[in-house]
Amino acid sequence: MNDEVSGNVMVLAEHTGMQVSEGTYELVGKARELASALGGETEVALLGPRELAGQLGGADIVVSVEHPALEEYLPEAYEQALLEVLARRSPRLLMMSNATIGLDLGAALSVRWDAPLASYVSALEIEGGAVTATAKILGGKVLAEVELPGERGIVTVLGSAFSAGEGQLALTPEVVDVAPPAGLDALRMSLRQLFEADSGDLDISAADMLVSVGRGIESSDNMAIVQELADVLGVPLSASRPVVDAGWLPKTRQVGQSGLKVKPRVYLALGISGAPEHLEGMRNAELIIACNTDPGAPIFGIAHYGTTVDLFDLVPELVDKIRA
Amino acid sequence: MRIVVPMRAVPDLVEEIELTADGTGIDREYLTFVLSEWDAQALEEALLLKDASGAEVVAVGLADDPEIDQVLYTALAKGADAAVKIAAASAAGSPGSAVIPTAERAALLAGYLAAQPADLVITGVQAADDLDGQLPSTLAALLDLPHASVVVSVETDGGSVTVRQEFAGGRSHELQVRMPAVIGVQSARQAPRYAPITRIRQAQQAGGLTELAVSPPPAGDGLVLRRMHRPEATGHAEMLTGGAGDVADQIVGLLRARGLVKG
Repeated sequence: MNDEVSGNVMVLAEHTGMQVSEGTYELVGKARELASALGGETEVALLGPRELAGQLGGADIVVSVEHPALEEYLPEAYEQALLEVLARRSPRLLMMSNATIGLDLGAALSVRWDAPLASYVSALEIEGGAVTATAKILGGKVLAEVELPGERGIVTVLGSAFSAGEGQLALTPEVVDVAPPAGLDALRMSLRQLFEADSGDLDISAADMLVSVGRGIESSDNMAIVQELADVLGVPLSASRPVVDAGWLPKTRQVGQSGLKVKPRVYLALGISGAPEHLEGMRNAELIIACNTDPGAPIFGIAHYGTTVDLFDLVPELVDKIRA
Repeated sequence: MRIVVPMRAVPDLVEEIELTADGTGIDREYLTFVLSEWDAQALEEALLLKDASGAEVVAVGLADDPEIDQVLYTALAKGADAAVKIAAASAAGSPGSAVIPTAERAALLAGYLAAQPADLVITGVQAADDLDGQLPSTLAALLDLPHASVVVSVETDGGSVTVRQEFAGGRSHELQVRMPAVIGVQSARQAPRYAPITRIRQAQQAGGLTELAVSPPPAGDGLVLRRMHRPEATGHAEMLTGGAGDVADQIVGLLRARGLVKG
């Protein structure tokens, strides 16, 4: 075991279908910058197929744990393997995605590795040796600046917070193998089946324009109003997560971190406040027009044009004028 | 089967969020609190299990949380069999702070669950303000139980549950998890049921809340909050002016310029 305080920054690699995720490269790029400020190295914890180390040329060290239970993400297996890696490597900071895996494992590791955790992180800095983070909480309406004191810490980082390019280098990392912990053979859960995304009735990521609706639509009865607008424009209706969770549109229409990333020529956001998870899915649209009655809604921070007119007044006007 | 559903209210994000004068918290006094949307989904999933298999559903909240009585009475009105309000028996709580850190919340709930174990703990995958981490896996780690989060369906199957865990882009994994276990729900299999106000009033009048004092183990999340502030807009939308008709004209003009509206 290595008990020395290190300045190393570790990223948990995420992968699916033998492909390292874009989000992993975003974290690796930032990890390089932080490790350099801390005088340490960039490590990537690679759980599962060792050959994926070839895709991790942005790391100085790849720490590999191989075991059949790690081939695909399985919460308990990943947690045990990662705890073993953390015990062996003692990084100063562990970086994970704020998506499914980070939301699933981050807080448990915080307890079991005894390290403070900051969620929803959108910025990270080293200030005089201390790790500080900015987190977007309350749907992106408040920024919290926190410090992760002590010798270890964990952050779960929002998608698109950092650039992936910085993490896609072609170095030749040293690969360190860590033996899988015995617990991986006595798990209390198993993976039974994998499901690919439903292709659904249409592909919103291929659309030229999207009419997208959020929490501000208030009830399923009101969906007809925005559907009519989408119909007269001849474009698909999409939505932010609360609308899909409420069952008012199918999952295939969801834009955002847990839905799809879209890049239409025009994105018309109606009653969408602009939580970070949603912005991640649509910020690259060529033209963003946002309608929200709250002038402080974060969506106006990235929209090109905005209005605080009530969507229930605006949408019928739009329908009339487009039909005219 | 006993299902415990930890629940809470969070600031209503539709409203403006006021911060305390020293900038280290949100100002509880000027905020409206509403049931956390993910806890609403978690309760629904638990009630679906009750409908299917006759499980006992217990809604649980912390006495120091805002609007907790309303949250728990609503859960009873929707079909929970019991509701429990947990108070910190020691001075472990942070009086006056608007947000109870997850570490402290989980320690209190773990104290309760150690004394009154559940076969299944189902709660919201996250909350709008859980800066120091999410409740389901914090709780699972404290209780040494298996856990899975970002779950979109839970079905029981003898001594285990089958859950669907969702990933970006709509991929998902079906997991079989041995009970007891902790599940963090993203969305229920159907939209959360509605409780008419009359039934919530009836639950209030019946007064079905049990209060329990729990001495939690000392908990510190270790995270140091320096300050909170509103985002400074790096860019800002050009705001369209006028009434709905004027704004609609301008938007149609923008669409026409891009060939998305004919004429």
